[in-house]
Amino acid sequence: MSETITNDYLGCLLNALPADSRNSGAQDTLDWLQRLRNEAIDRAGQLRFPTIKDEEWRFTDVSPLAKLPYKPAQKTSALRLSDIQPFCIVESAHRLVFVDGHFSPELSRLSKDDQFMIGNLTASALAKAPLAEAHLGQHVQFRDNFFAALNTAFLQDGALIVLPENCAVSTPIHLLFIATQEQTTQYPRCLLIGERNSQATVIEDYVALGANAYITNSVAEFSLADNTQVNHIRVQRESGSAFHLASSAVALEQDSQYRSVSITLGALISRFNLDVEFNAQAAECTIDGLAMIAGRQLADTHTRIDHAKPHCTSHQQHKCIVDGSSHAVFNGKIIVRPHAQRTNSSQSSRNLLLSGKAQIDTKPQLEIFADDVKCAHGATVGQLDNDEIFYLKSRGLNELTARNLLTYAFGAEILDRIPVPSLKHTLEQAILNQTTQNS
Amino acid sequence: MNINQNPIILNVDNLHASIQDTEILKGINLTVRSGEIHAIMGLNGSGKSTFAKVLAGHPDYHVTQGSIQYEQQDLLELSAEERAQAGVFLAFQYPIEIPGVANSQFLRLAYNTVQAKRGKEELDPLEFDDFVREKMKLLEMKPDFLDRSVNEGFSGGEKKRNEILQMALLEPKLGILDETDSGLDIDALKIVAKGVNHLHNTDNAIILITHYQRLLDHIVPDFVHVMEAGRIIKTGGKELALELETHGYDWIHNDQKRTVGAST
Repeated sequence: MSETITNDYLGCLLNALPADSRNSGAQDTLDWLQRLRNEAIDRAGQLRFPTIKDEEWRFTDVSPLAKLPYKPAQKTSALRLSDIQPFCIVESAHRLVFVDGHFSPELSRLSKDDQFMIGNLTASALAKAPLAEAHLGQHVQFRDNFFAALNTAFLQDGALIVLPENCAVSTPIHLLFIATQEQTTQYPRCLLIGERNSQATVIEDYVALGANAYITNSVAEFSLADNTQVNHIRVQRESGSAFHLASSAVALEQDSQYRSVSITLGALISRFNLDVEFNAQAAECTIDGLAMIAGRQLADTHTRIDHAKPHCTSHQQHKCIVDGSSHAVFNGKIIVRPHAQRTNSSQSSRNLLLSGKAQIDTKPQLEIFADDVKCAHGATVGQLDNDEIFYLKSRGLNELTARNLLTYAFGAEILDRIPVPSLKHTLEQAILNQTTQNS
Repeated sequence: MNINQNPIILNVDNLHASIQDTEILKGINLTVRSGEIHAIMGLNGSGKSTFAKVLAGHPDYHVTQGSIQYEQQDLLELSAEERAQAGVFLAFQYPIEIPGVANSQFLRLAYNTVQAKRGKEELDPLEFDDFVREKMKLLEMKPDFLDRSVNEGFSGGEKKRNEILQMALLEPKLGILDETDSGLDIDALKIVAKGVNHLHNTDNAIILITHYQRLLDHIVPDFVHVMEAGRIIKTGGKELALELETHGYDWIHNDQKRTVGAST
């Protein structure tokens, strides 16, 4: 094993693993799962820790992390329901709670008679989900992604959602990941398998108790079979000292629809990769994002939409609001493959600078190899508009209120697309508070 | 013409204003008394809208000469929001859209802010709802107006009506309507005009900025001023608007030449 580990960082982390975890002393480990983990361990060993010399990490310096080989969080916490109450979502009848990456059945809310499967990604659960082997680790590009490889190497608990054919889950499924420990790493994982004609709304929610410094390294994989519709709301509201490294991979089959809204508010340094792959015709995705940061925060969103098949549609709107000395990065790649005719794709990156010291790097990247396509993209970076401020002042509002209202409105356009009213309201309040706090 | 001896609300004296070192207003004189309606007409680029923005306190425009007295105060000393609180209201030619903020929320915020500054009673959401619905009837606005985001997806006519609704709520002493009639069909124009006439009384004054005589059939002005190149070049009664409609703006030049010729 030590031969493949050329990476100090990884070596440090792997020493923290229980001795039996690589070669399956654990009683209920599936062969394929163990193989997957082993491959990821090897892959992580071969990949380097990314630096700003890598094109994909040009604007995001994660070198501070390399000095912080935070060990995987151990299961210690004894949270009570009252501790997580502020994060609960009233519309949601299904809740999976993970504390420091570990599944907490006590805090979770699952109904047994559900026709769909939701639970912890344990070997026993995976054994009951024959499709899991074909999907887990198969969509996220962990072979080229150091952090996704690490997550897969440390894969333990996670959220597993299997929607059988024709199943429509009526209320949102809330996946709540709570960080409570300091100087540890949690490795959350999600796998959603939507079979034909299924439908669900999933909220992937990262929160913290306290202001600890810790690392979240998470991976989510969503597979949508023919005619499946999934809403995916991703909320990153980690502690202000945290590091958040995440990858989502979405695979879309024919006529499926994926709609996501990703909200980034927390973490000192965060990086979110979202890959959407059109594997068949006539699928659609709508991808919206909002990052609102201040202080010395850095928030990086990298998306990649791969139009590999014809007649697919993608719409993307990403917004960043940066205050203080914060730095937001958006890199949106759209690939239209040679045979992906009749692709309809739009992308917009709009950015609001609230301070002279804040920084935005936005990079729309269109790679179009088909000739019968409709692709539109645009990027703007600006400050609040003087005419708009004047309008509000001419209605009696003072400068500060006018600025706050406009900042809020800039972000609210994205929040408006969250189909869960209470969550939308909570986030609106969070943005309003952040607006008033920063000013 | 008019023998109104009511108190003067606004007195503009030799007003010069610039934007980015380009002088737009080149010596405007205007006196407005309470109870009066003034129309300011003129071609595009004559400085009408700039004049409206300067009155309301747009920060991009710099007054380089002259003065504006408003209700015994130096208006130029006041910020835009102080002017609004003091009763100056500008209905915008292009009202802005504020996605994510419900119209009702915004209207109440503006109303309560101004009420508080004027030492008057603020209204809670329920009280305000009753109050604003009453005002909306005047402008024949549907109730869902309140729930929609401010001006977002509003038609041109709806935006203009929303402006007049704000005027109804803020009860200005001086209402300035910047091309409120542009882009309105005749039905919408009549509704807006009805609203404005309803709000007009002997204690306040209105300045209408318009291209078109059509508006003045419905809101009858006491004075019509013609602006050109940053100055008011002619002032008359409501019949002046009709003459402009018939003869066009060039007629004024000829008319002026005649006047000048006669006096020498």
